[in-house]
Amino acid sequence: MAAGMMPGRAFLHGSSKHTMNAKTLFEKVWEQHQVVPETGDTPAVLYIDLHLIHEVTSPQAFSLLRSKGLKVRRTDRTLATMDHSTPTDPDEVFGRVPIKVESAAQQVKELEKNCREFGVELLGLDSNQRGIVHIIGPELGATQPGKTIVCGDSHTATHGAFGALAFGIGTTEVGQVLATQCLLQRRPKTMAVEVSGTLGNGVTAKDLILAIIGQIGVSGGTGYVIEYRGPAIEALSMDERMTICNMSIEAGARAGMIAPDATTFAYLQGRPKAPQGADWDRAVARWSQLKTDPGARFDHVVHIGADELQPMITYGTHPGMVVPIDGRVPIRAGDEVHAKSLSYMGLTAGEALLGKPIQVVFVGSCTNGRLSDLQLAARVLKGHKVARGVRVLIVPGSQQIKREAEALGLAKIFTDAGAEWRESGCSMCIGMNGDLVDKGQYSVSTSNRNFEGRQGKGARTLLVSPATAAAAAITGRVTDPRDFLNAGKTSTGAVVHS
Amino acid sequence: MQPISRIESRTLVMPSTNIDTDQIIPARFLTTTTKEGLGKQAFADWRYDANGAPKADFVLNQPSSAGCEILVAGRNFGCGSSREHAPWALLDYGFKAVISTEIADIFRSNSLKNGLLPVVVDDTTHRWLLDNPGAKVVIDLQSNRLTLPTGVAVAFPIEAFARFCLLNGTDELGYLLQQEDAIARHESSHV
Repeated sequence: MAAGMMPGRAFLHGSSKHTMNAKTLFEKVWEQHQVVPETGDTPAVLYIDLHLIHEVTSPQAFSLLRSKGLKVRRTDRTLATMDHSTPTDPDEVFGRVPIKVESAAQQVKELEKNCREFGVELLGLDSNQRGIVHIIGPELGATQPGKTIVCGDSHTATHGAFGALAFGIGTTEVGQVLATQCLLQRRPKTMAVEVSGTLGNGVTAKDLILAIIGQIGVSGGTGYVIEYRGPAIEALSMDERMTICNMSIEAGARAGMIAPDATTFAYLQGRPKAPQGADWDRAVARWSQLKTDPGARFDHVVHIGADELQPMITYGTHPGMVVPIDGRVPIRAGDEVHAKSLSYMGLTAGEALLGKPIQVVFVGSCTNGRLSDLQLAARVLKGHKVARGVRVLIVPGSQQIKREAEALGLAKIFTDAGAEWRESGCSMCIGMNGDLVDKGQYSVSTSNRNFEGRQGKGARTLLVSPATAAAAAITGRVTDPRDFLNAGKTSTGAVVHS
Repeated sequence: MQPISRIESRTLVMPSTNIDTDQIIPARFLTTTTKEGLGKQAFADWRYDANGAPKADFVLNQPSSAGCEILVAGRNFGCGSSREHAPWALLDYGFKAVISTEIADIFRSNSLKNGLLPVVVDDTTHRWLLDNPGAKVVIDLQSNRLTLPTGVAVAFPIEAFARFCLLNGTDELGYLLQQEDAIARHESSHV
């Protein structure tokens, strides 16, 4: 591999000089996938290793193929599932009653038809491997270091947690990848987000990424691929790394990456679509090269300290409108956009968020619907009851996670507390599958977007970690999760793995 | 896709910053399996009341907005979801170009592929446009220039290949299909 052929690149002792051959993780993956390099007149032709498909952004792409008489070029590199518009009610999922959202039922049928006609593997409603597309890719071991991965969904950045270059695309591009396994791309700029220190008790990866977005802003990452680095990142589990990379797009960056390491390899080993036997050893040797070389240059570098972070909560209508849980809604006199956002949220500048009554709690989504997220929520909820009048919806990210959560007794903790426990899907993260927050209601949610109407028309979303969501479920108010976690005993990260 | 070289129109101004694609087209309309007819749902939650009646105070519903083909929006337009339904909805409504100081990556890419021209301008030009809704401006793709009614002309950046495709009304798929030999070579040596 190219990285192995760089003579003495890393060992210019004590020198900060950038060596010619020192490359970032992104540059290594990019260069290995250039079919044709970019020129002034034309973008690079970039090869795509894995194309994930779902029901909402693919129908028009299959129609295009059909109209042009084209085939899916590499069905072996294409994997379909259904998650966005699908119901989470078991009776609807398993066909005992019709899917309530009629157009969604139509989309499900259309994807089944398209996959049959074009020979694409589909993990459909009856599959025990189905789930949110960004959760099942890693779960099956299809997501691997150094791959280029695309999907018609902006949270495709999730897969970057494995050192893949993964980004969301539009439906026209879905058609291009189906037909050619390639995309036309200009090389993005690179940004390093260096996270020092250690996350405190009750402070999770979700709080860290919300703090990062708060710092760089919702468009700060536009035009960039972010690499998350530093001791606080290296200490994260794969589930936590996925939470971080998942929300890169909320800072404007199409992709976020974390260098693969022993944690990555341990996660992947033995998964159904991961390499096996001698192939596994060769893969690990290859993947181990996928690190940013010492001396490699980023176009932009951001520093953030993990030690001082608190649990975070959003108060506005984009994920950059975020404060520590004990913070107040910022006062921005004369800022009309800020005022409009607060008006939608029914909040007053200067108001404290702690203690604010809430009506809905949602734990799930491609951001926080993995097993460790559910374990964390269960740890807070265990032995408690959901506050009267609060609706709590807990939705596993995949059918496999559902089975694991049930086997571990988590589902029982949730239902004993009075929460609803569902089949997997995007659910209440996106108001298009029947799981909705009513107008004017406050929803404490582990999802990724607090945009106006995202969880339902007029819904008011407060983005938080699974611990903070579970704490709010118990009290019916915005609550510091550390009130329910044994302070000083062990870090959230350790609990997640226990 | 129809070739585009010159757009001359009055502007419609939405000064809000960070207008995300959930506002441009709410998720509940994404259960469609075609591209057509999304214009009536563009900005649906800002545009219609609970009974589906147009809200008189929303800019799209004002008589002066009729026929405006250029949308001037606040900073960071099109952020969020990758849904291509957003440019489909704007085009179906009748917009041909969007002007802002920043346009989100995926939305910009999707727009270029459908013939909706994303135009990024400097703060001064943007301020003037926000302050002068309804101004008649000219976007010339041959010269990459936006000309204000004051006579001031500013250059805007646009990716060379996307510009070529827009000017000629061609799509990228044909070009990609022509790369078959290079793609096959890459597959045999890399994957």
